[in-house]
Amino acid sequence: MPGKLKAKIVAGRHLPVMDRASDLTDAFVEVKFGNTTFKTDVFPKSLNPQWNSEWFKFEVDDEDLQDEPLQITVLDHDTYSANDAIGKVYIDIDPLLYSEAASVISGWFPIYDTIHGIRGEINVLVKVELFNDLNRFRQSSCGVKFFCTTSIPKGYRAAIVHGFVEELVVNEDPEYQWIDRIRTPRASNEARQRLIFLMSGELQRKIGLKVLEMGGNAVVGYLQCFDLEGESGLVVRAIGTACTLEKLSSGSSTHTHPNTAPASNACNSPSKDGKEPVFGEDLPSSSGPPTPFRALPTSSSSPPPFSPSKPCSRQSSSSDTDLSLTPKTGMGSGSMGKDAGPLKTLLRQQTQTALEQRGASSSGLLLNAREFPFFTLTSFPSGFLLHVGGVVSARSVKLLDRIHNPALGNTRSYKLLDWNSVTADEPETRDAWWEEIRQEIKSHAKALGCHAVVGYSENTNICEEVCILSASGTAAILNPRYMREGCLDIAGSDHRFEDPSPSSCGFCHIPYDELNMPFPAQLTYCFHCRRQKVPDVLFTTIDLPSDAAIAGKGCFIQARLCRLKKKAQGEVNATAISNLLPFMEYELHTQLMNKLKLRSMNALFGLSIQISVGENMLLGLASATGVYLTALPAPGGIQIAGKTPGDLNNEQHIMNIQKRINDTIAKNKELYEVNPPKLFALDPEVFCGTNVELTEEVVGSPIPEPRHRSRLFRSHSESSDELSELDLSHGKKDAFVLEVDDTDAVEDIHSLLTDAPPPKGFHSCNTETMPGIYNWTSALQMFTSVRVLRLSNANLTNQALNKIFTDLCENLLKSFYFKLRSMVPCCLSHLNFSVAVPEEELIQVAVTAVAMTFDKDQTQEKPAEKPIMKGCSEGEEQLQFPLELCADSSSVNSQSSSRISGVPESSSLSTRAASVDYGSFADRCSTWLELLRLKAHTIRRGSVKTSRRTQSLAHSVSSLEHSSPITEGRSRLLRSSRSFGGSSVSVVKMTPLSFLPGTRIVKYLGIINMFFIRETTSLREEGGVSGFLHSFVAEVFAMVRAHVAALGGNAVVSYSMKDCVLMENPNKNQCQCLINVSGDAVIYIRETDLEAIASTVGLSSTNSDGAT
Amino acid sequence: MAVELDVFVGNTIIMSEEVYQLWLDGYTVNDAVKVRMDGGALDEFEANADVVQSDTMDQYRTFQMCERLLHSPTKLANQLLFQIPPHRQATLIERYYAFDDGFVREVLGKKLSKGTKKDLDDISAKTGVMLKSCRRQFDNFKRVFKVVEELKGPLVENIRQHFLLSDKLARDYAAIVFFANNRFETGKRKLQYLTFQDLAFCAGQLINNWTVGAVDNMVEDMDVDLDKEFLQELKELKVLITDKDLLDQHKSLVCTALRGKTKAFNEMEANFKNLSRGLVNIATKLTNTKDVRDFFIDLVEKVSCPENFLSFHFVVWDRYMGVIKSCIFKMYHD
Repeated sequence: MPGKLKAKIVAGRHLPVMDRASDLTDAFVEVKFGNTTFKTDVFPKSLNPQWNSEWFKFEVDDEDLQDEPLQITVLDHDTYSANDAIGKVYIDIDPLLYSEAASVISGWFPIYDTIHGIRGEINVLVKVELFNDLNRFRQSSCGVKFFCTTSIPKGYRAAIVHGFVEELVVNEDPEYQWIDRIRTPRASNEARQRLIFLMSGELQRKIGLKVLEMGGNAVVGYLQCFDLEGESGLVVRAIGTACTLEKLSSGSSTHTHPNTAPASNACNSPSKDGKEPVFGEDLPSSSGPPTPFRALPTSSSSPPPFSPSKPCSRQSSSSDTDLSLTPKTGMGSGSMGKDAGPLKTLLRQQTQTALEQRGASSSGLLLNAREFPFFTLTSFPSGFLLHVGGVVSARSVKLLDRIHNPALGNTRSYKLLDWNSVTADEPETRDAWWEEIRQEIKSHAKALGCHAVVGYSENTNICEEVCILSASGTAAILNPRYMREGCLDIAGSDHRFEDPSPSSCGFCHIPYDELNMPFPAQLTYCFHCRRQKVPDVLFTTIDLPSDAAIAGKGCFIQARLCRLKKKAQGEVNATAISNLLPFMEYELHTQLMNKLKLRSMNALFGLSIQISVGENMLLGLASATGVYLTALPAPGGIQIAGKTPGDLNNEQHIMNIQKRINDTIAKNKELYEVNPPKLFALDPEVFCGTNVELTEEVVGSPIPEPRHRSRLFRSHSESSDELSELDLSHGKKDAFVLEVDDTDAVEDIHSLLTDAPPPKGFHSCNTETMPGIYNWTSALQMFTSVRVLRLSNANLTNQALNKIFTDLCENLLKSFYFKLRSMVPCCLSHLNFSVAVPEEELIQVAVTAVAMTFDKDQTQEKPAEKPIMKGCSEGEEQLQFPLELCADSSSVNSQSSSRISGVPESSSLSTRAASVDYGSFADRCSTWLELLRLKAHTIRRGSVKTSRRTQSLAHSVSSLEHSSPITEGRSRLLRSSRSFGGSSVSVVKMTPLSFLPGTRIVKYLGIINMFFIRETTSLREEGGVSGFLHSFVAEVFAMVRAHVAALGGNAVVSYSMKDCVLMENPNKNQCQCLINVSGDAVIYIRETDLEAIASTVGLSSTNSDGAT
Repeated sequence: MAVELDVFVGNTIIMSEEVYQLWLDGYTVNDAVKVRMDGGALDEFEANADVVQSDTMDQYRTFQMCERLLHSPTKLANQLLFQIPPHRQATLIERYYAFDDGFVREVLGKKLSKGTKKDLDDISAKTGVMLKSCRRQFDNFKRVFKVVEELKGPLVENIRQHFLLSDKLARDYAAIVFFANNRFETGKRKLQYLTFQDLAFCAGQLINNWTVGAVDNMVEDMDVDLDKEFLQELKELKVLITDKDLLDQHKSLVCTALRGKTKAFNEMEANFKNLSRGLVNIATKLTNTKDVRDFFIDLVEKVSCPENFLSFHFVVWDRYMGVIKSCIFKMYHD
């Protein structure tokens, strides 16, 4: 018995009236965990019962502790008939399982019922006593911390970043079981909620196991999703980045000034050294480092060219590349997809031999991490990210049919009530699907000369039986130095390991070889250091690196697209969809590019492209934050060209459009304060919009220095004389040409110009931080907005549909600005749009974002975190070494990729991928069904375990668990002040960002991952769909807040609403909605309070010491 | 093409006081949108009619959901559904319980029953207050009445504690409850010139001096019911008009006190007997419930009107009554 769970039911309040006669309620409570149930006494005739129960004790396996939620059911006692359920509370006890987080769950929880919503509140106390039975770590993964935050959490440093972890769990959807026909919808929804709680618990435990096997102690950037596949089941899947996190000593965590950070780093280093052997121990010295990147052989010192075949095949498939100068993946995937099959087998061979070489003691996880060097993180410590190649993405259309899941179809009858049992074959199928996608992503990254994918995410879109799996990320080269040191210091400003290229522009430098570019792009020398080449535009899925040099402010850019599709069934439908996809991606991309140029910007961050399928249409929505990177060339304008030059009338028209475009560009330049520094001008006026420090550096020594350096470091490439060829005449750059040849094109251009800029005082972005704004004030308002549009006209054209969709998105933004107008100057950050086609002729857009105020007066100043060019001015001998290293790693990758790409060339016809890749679906659909079955024996990753490893891990984990006394004291202080606060509800802030401006997060209390279903049979009475959803969303917020408060927290960071599935039937007066939310519960302290608390903490800790 | 669903929910409640007032005033969404747009909402932040409409709808829904909580304001502070900053909570409650003087004047002293509620449309037409708003106000009166009815302790304090109202508003509600409980007739044409605030002041005086609570502060209904014993004792005042000696003595005392202090002194001196008789008659009849109801009418008819008392300002009237009161007390104790 490794754990004892204790629960106490204290009281209830605001209960609903259950007995009409007396207007009162005879309430009692059932407390259930696993298969054990306890009951409180009935507290008769009260709406505010005081049960004050004994401690109910559950003795359970820690495995169950992770999987199961504590279920609390409040009922009304009825002597003659069955007891009426008032509602339920599910409490995830995972946060109690690692000692660093919460020690007790205590507070008022809303009592939730799927039909009536929140019905009063119940006060509960929950504690867990864990017995230190280290041998039990095999099945459970207690102690692994989970973070939704996609950066290294505040107050921690990453000792090692292990890499990608993924897992999925499949089950039958209770709603689609035969029993659903006889039970009430309420019972069905209850079952669904319970099942999903169980499944996500199980999933988290399994991911935790993988992390432990890899040697990590935490998952950062944890992203869990549900796929409601209907008849074919319910999939819960998750991805994340496994890390070994170390808590920074609280002294430095409260004041992480850049100056003090290196000091704390130094303090930590002895312990780091001490731990090194622990990890080294179970790895043969020959195999080298535990991280995937260290395993790369380092042989050649100059970047070898790509195999010539590679770029060729890419080019031929990428019809868009003439226009889109950035890595665009959807198009590439046509050819890549064809290669996927053999590619994978090859990879498998490769990894298998690697495994053999390493010998038996090396765990299979190294292989796993090596197989997918993906990172779900979107922001990194400075210096970690060396180069960024561009966005890589892959999509695949799948048919969800019971035929393809034979296991489910057959076992249906006897699996009915056993929701816990997982069909053995099913996850395999899904795993195989995802593996294909990931392989594709990986090969795209390789084509870009990158060895890693950062800002990685996966999602699905399901319509009836068609499912689109998508994955995207940003191909990148990471600093091997960091990987080998195993040191990913979040405050890392250690200049000894500075990359040769300054961090303000280094990530822009192309990772691929310029002679063999994977796609045509115009390369120029970096406008910053002028030593390496940069592309003319850069698209990424990550956040803007904190030290990137930018001009002006960023802005939210969105491309929207609708495409009509014929209604179809099964494979015909899948074919139609997969045929449409590449066109959609292409158009979205063109739109993005045009809009970017229209704003006179040259880079996109946080790009996410969502494609949603409906019965008769496809929706595409691409959102990103545009910014002007000063390292990249200034964007050229947009030029309009007519197809018929002779026509005077037309000419005039085109001239008009051209003028409007030019005006818009000029206006936008002003609006977003895009005033790139003119490198060789000495006019100080030009620099007003940018970092003065930076420009002065450049101005101070304009030419000789860079030239000097480039000779030093770029001896292997062409002569550095090219400097003189630098195009300094911005604006006259090759303009982007748009051809106006038909009315559609005119429409497109018009729609380009209709995007209204945000009103004065407003800014918007979809990234964590708004480029160009640094001085946030503390006011914030998180919101969720959902809008559904019914298309009344059945005979809509693509153009009309586009217009409607664009207006829908634009109007939503307008609404936000209007509603939040009292907050100006303010920025809408992390604008997260998600589109869906819930029914034919319905378009649903859901948005979650946060509005944050900032101080207008200081927007021009970036707080001087550190001099950006500092790295360059340091000893040059030191810089030589890292350059070699990074050249090594990239060369190795390009070499291996060339090897891989070489083989499929010869054997591309022999095997075919099982996925339905667009472009090649039609010729494949006949065979892929069969191949699916072949795929069934995919290697189950993470199945190799070594006991020795886990044991040593247990030690390291437990040693990490000692949290510093000061934070303990502080949290105690917080808690006590909370409890003295009386009955008033404590304020819980919520934000989709990983930070709260003006505050410091002092403690992470655990992950919040909740799933709710709400239904109604009296839709009209509840105010229609809007009224219904409004109260449901408010209820979800309330339940999240209550759980956070019960953990002792006062905020949720990295909050996101992952699903909002609404099904309505107004004719029957019915509606149902599912919402899935997640985030990290934290305790924050206002920065202004820090001083005061620091002194009182000293007192309180001595007091408590005296008491004990 | 129609917007099927449109919601916007903030983690902290999002409301504008302007829209809240429109909602309280009983405007429909469409009317409210019109008012807002006429008021210049369009000029701000490039809003269009759709944006204003959507914003108004969201806020109306929020208010509707809050309304249940506003019915027992103490719940608003510890409910979990909405996160409302304390100052916002206070505003929400205070505004919700605020009422139109015009409306309350019409209902004052009436039984807060279903019957009265049915007449609300007439009152709405008469006062220009929208029916919806009338209903809210009426229900507020009724709710406060019901809660306070059976509570011990001072009326104003009870209202303030149970409904978290400001002192001023709590006093007004105390007056409303007091009038409703004693069913004072205020609707007669002769009383029309009196505003709610006039009557509320009178109610305050009565509560402070004539109720059970004036002597004992731990009885049920102490501030709502008039002190029966006291009313009984008032009967003894009859001697002031029946006994000639006492009448003269009374007159001389009053005249001495008032000489040179009021322009109406001569008039008053000349009519003192009638005046005094009127007042004493009212006092002696107060044991009768019917006469209690007519208290204010009697004051106007039998005291003011015969002597053209309307010409007196309220200050004067107040002074006069104060003196009479003190005199009566003095003589009574003798």
